[in-house]
This record gives sequence, structure tokens and C-alpha cells, in this order.
Amino acid sequence: MKQSTLIWTILMVAGGGFLLFQASKGNGRVYVREIPVEATASQPDSEPQVYQWTKNQQVPQSEKDDPGVSFSLSRTVGLWVAAFCTLAIFSFLYGDNPLYKFTEAIFVGVSAGYAMVVAFWTEIATNLFAKLLPGLARITFYPDIDSTTRPELLYLIPLVLSILLLWRLSPKGSWIARWPLAFFIGATAGIRLISYLETDFIGQLQSTVMPFLVFASDGSLLWDKSLKNTVFIVGVLSCMVYFFFSIEHEGIIKYVSRLGIWVLMVTFGASFAYTVMGRIALLSGRLVFLFNDWLGI
Amino acid sequence: MKRTVPLFISAITGFVLIGTAFIPKFVDWGNDAMAWFNLLAAFAFILGGGNLLKMQLQKISAQQPGWGYAAVTLIAFFVTLFVGLVKVGVHPNVKFPEFAWSGDYLQEDGAFWWLFEYIFTPLSATMFALLAFYISSAAFRAFRAKNTEATILLIIAVIILLGRTYASVWLTGWLPDEFILGDSGIKYSDFNLQNLSEVIMENFTTAGMRAIKIGIALGVASTSLKVLLGVDRSYLGSDQEV
Repeated sequence: MKQSTLIWTILMVAGGGFLLFQASKGNGRVYVREIPVEATASQPDSEPQVYQWTKNQQVPQSEKDDPGVSFSLSRTVGLWVAAFCTLAIFSFLYGDNPLYKFTEAIFVGVSAGYAMVVAFWTEIATNLFAKLLPGLARITFYPDIDSTTRPELLYLIPLVLSILLLWRLSPKGSWIARWPLAFFIGATAGIRLISYLETDFIGQLQSTVMPFLVFASDGSLLWDKSLKNTVFIVGVLSCMVYFFFSIEHEGIIKYVSRLGIWVLMVTFGASFAYTVMGRIALLSGRLVFLFNDWLGI
Repeated sequence: MKRTVPLFISAITGFVLIGTAFIPKFVDWGNDAMAWFNLLAAFAFILGGGNLLKMQLQKISAQQPGWGYAAVTLIAFFVTLFVGLVKVGVHPNVKFPEFAWSGDYLQEDGAFWWLFEYIFTPLSATMFALLAFYISSAAFRAFRAKNTEATILLIIAVIILLGRTYASVWLTGWLPDEFILGDSGIKYSDFNLQNLSEVIMENFTTAGMRAIKIGIALGVASTSLKVLLGVDRSYLGSDQEV
């Protein structure tokens, strides 16, 4: 047996033993408080009937002996599945392995399914189905739709465009999908052109127009404010000079654009630091989940 | 037909949406176009799902290496789709209990919520958390103070990283809260890592980001105009498409 295999086997056995020990102490279990829900039929023409079910609210393990609190099998299984998924993804740090590939495949499938379901319920059902067939939508998903609501036939256009978009999957005639795509691209271009010019161009320029020298009400120079404004204006202008490729970067332009590069390097350094911090925050979140929520340490 | 009609569609849609900012009559049309845009974006997810299905089925039928994982992907995809669309385990809305499907699709304790809470969230968070290791190792290998620019980037990254954590208190928290030169207004404590990171963020980083934003806005505006005027037709693909 290779030395690395032996070390990993020992680690796995020790980890498994620790897990069993923690599980025997009652950790890794989820408890819920059952809250009864009672509702009466809303429609005036329907029979007066009372509907009852229970809603579950997760409680800390310390409250497991309280009245109305019970063990939740589905949430406990979920907790262990989440822990397994977390460890399986972390196993990639050792190298590509079947466990990682398995969870990665699950992630791809679940993500695609999740995106489709959210798109269906938030857009297709709400803004297409309910607009075109309000009567059917009212007796199925959206009972709060007014019974006098009439179908909005204008929504047949996005329906047709959507069907044309799905035509892309067909082996023949997939060029027809260019029509909805053109609508999509045109709408994106139209929306972005105005919004970017308004907020990111005019808005940012407006915010940059500020005095180099700032004076207090008694006429004295506020040197720290003035220095701050000057640094800011010079920083923005030098970066923009660096972005201006229509002229040769020679002479004074060369030095100004070099200053611009330095300001950009400061920006990228800060952005890099924030990205690292964001990832580390996520990592600590996962570790808190493993050690706190799952193992109860 | 294959290229001219799409050009007209994109130009008309784009200019109507631009017109909403200037012509009040266009506002309603713009709102309709936006609603259709959102619907098409939703259908694009279905197209993405369909494409995923096609690719994975091709992999399985050709028994390519790793086809078993393609099968796992498909199973996960269909299970998520089924429980989400059928609202498995979702109770009706309390206001309308006689309508079985009136509940929220992400309702707590529903099967779709379970998948989201115990599979999707941990997997996506861990995937991104994994990047913490790779970003650090890449930085360790790539960051060398070879020239002025690289040195600035390195120093600023270290100051921000330390300044925004408790390490700044350990390392520079001892700097006294006293003026450096008489009543100059500058204190020793102004140079602790926390204050330095704030000064960098407020002045230099904001200035750099502002210039980048202005550049992006100009780039977006020119690209949008090129698309709307039919100068840039790359989104139409090639003429060889069947």
C-alpha cells in the first residue's frame, strides 16, 4: 500500500469514527416545532369546509424535549446530504475523484432544473399563462385573479417568439430562432444604451465635477477636502487618458497614462482583496455549517 | 429573410426602447417590450435545459467516457423539475385552501425547498468557497513584485485584506492617537491598516472604478448602436446555419 493511500485511509477511518461518535451523542439531528394551520374555503359558492395541516418550524437542539417539538426525519436526512455534498466538493482539493464528479453532476442537474422551475413560476405562469388564460389560471394556481379579467391577446406575440426560440433545438430550421434572438438583442441594446449613459456616464461625470479647492464658511482653505478632491479628479482623468487609445501615448500623455495605470492597479488590488475576502467568508460559512450545524461542536 | 428580418426586429425593438426615454407615447410600448423581454429570458432557461438534455443524452447514447455522470445529471435535472413544477409537498395558500396548487413553489418543507436548501445551496456555496484555495494559491504563485505596477497591486491587496479584518487591530492597533507634528491634524493612528484601507477605498479605488464605469458605459453605448444600426451582425451567426 502506498504511503499516501495509507494516510488517507487512516484519516477516513478516523473521520468516520468521529462522525459515529458525534451521531451517537445526538448531534446531526434536526428538531421541529409543529404549528397547526387551519383555513376555511374562500370561495362564496364552495362548500363551507375547514382545511387543516401542520407547518414545521426548526428549533435548536436544546429545545428538543419541549412540548410540540419532534424529530424531523426529512430535515435530518437533508442535513446529512448537505454535509456529504460539502465534503464531496471539498474532496477536489485532494484531486479529481469520482465523489467530486458525482456531486458536480448533481449540481449541474439541480441548478438547471432550479433555474427552469423559477423561470416557469415567476415569469411563464405569472406573466404569460395568467395573461392569456386568466380563467384557467384562476382555478389552478392564482385564485386571486379577478373573475372578470379578460385575456390579453397581445401576449400571443411573446408566446410565438418563445416557441420560435425553442426551435433552436430542432435539427432543421434552427435559423428561425434568430427572430426572437434579434428581439432579445435589440431590447438589451436599447435598455442598456440609455441606462448606462444615464447612470454610468452622465451620473459618474456629474459626481466627478467638484472643486479642486474647498473653502470653509469663514473663508479658510479646507486642505484635506481639497487634497481629497484633487486626488479624486486627477485619478479619474488619468485613468481615462490611459483608456484613450486614439492618440499616441507619448510625452506628457505617457506620464499621465502611467499615473492612470497606477490608479487602476490600486483599484484592481482592492478588488482582488475583496474577492479573496468574499470567498473566504463563504469558506468559513461552510466550515461553520460542518462544525456547528452538522457536528454540533 | 434569414438575416434581414432579424435586423429589422432588433432595430425596431431597440429604438422603441430608446424612445421611451424621450417620447412619452412610447412608454407603454416600452413596458410591453420589457415584459416580453422577461418572458423570452424565462424561455431561454427552458432552451438551456433542453440543450443540457440533448448533450447529456448524446453522451449516454454514445457511451462516451463519464456517461454515468451524464445519467446522474439527467436524474437530478428531472427530479428537480418534477418536484418544482408539480409543487410536491407544498400546502395550499392559507387564503385559498381549496386550491391545491395555490401555495408558493418555494414553501418551507416542500420537496423543491428541500432540494434548494440541502443540495443547491450547499453545493453552490462550497463550489465558490473552493475558489478561496485556488485564488490564494494562484496569487501566491503569480504575485511577484516584478515592477512598479505589480508592487502597487500587491501592497494594496495586502493593506485591504489586513485592514478589513481583525489583523489590522493586532498589527497596527497600537499606533497612538496623537498628532505627528504639533497641531498638523494628522495623527499616528491615521496610518493604521484600517484607516489606510478606508482612505484607499474612498479615494483611489472609487476614482479607478469611476473611470472604468465611464469606459464601460461608452463601450456599451457604441456596441448597442452598432447592433441596432446593423453594423455588428455577429449575433446572427453564420449563413451556413440550417
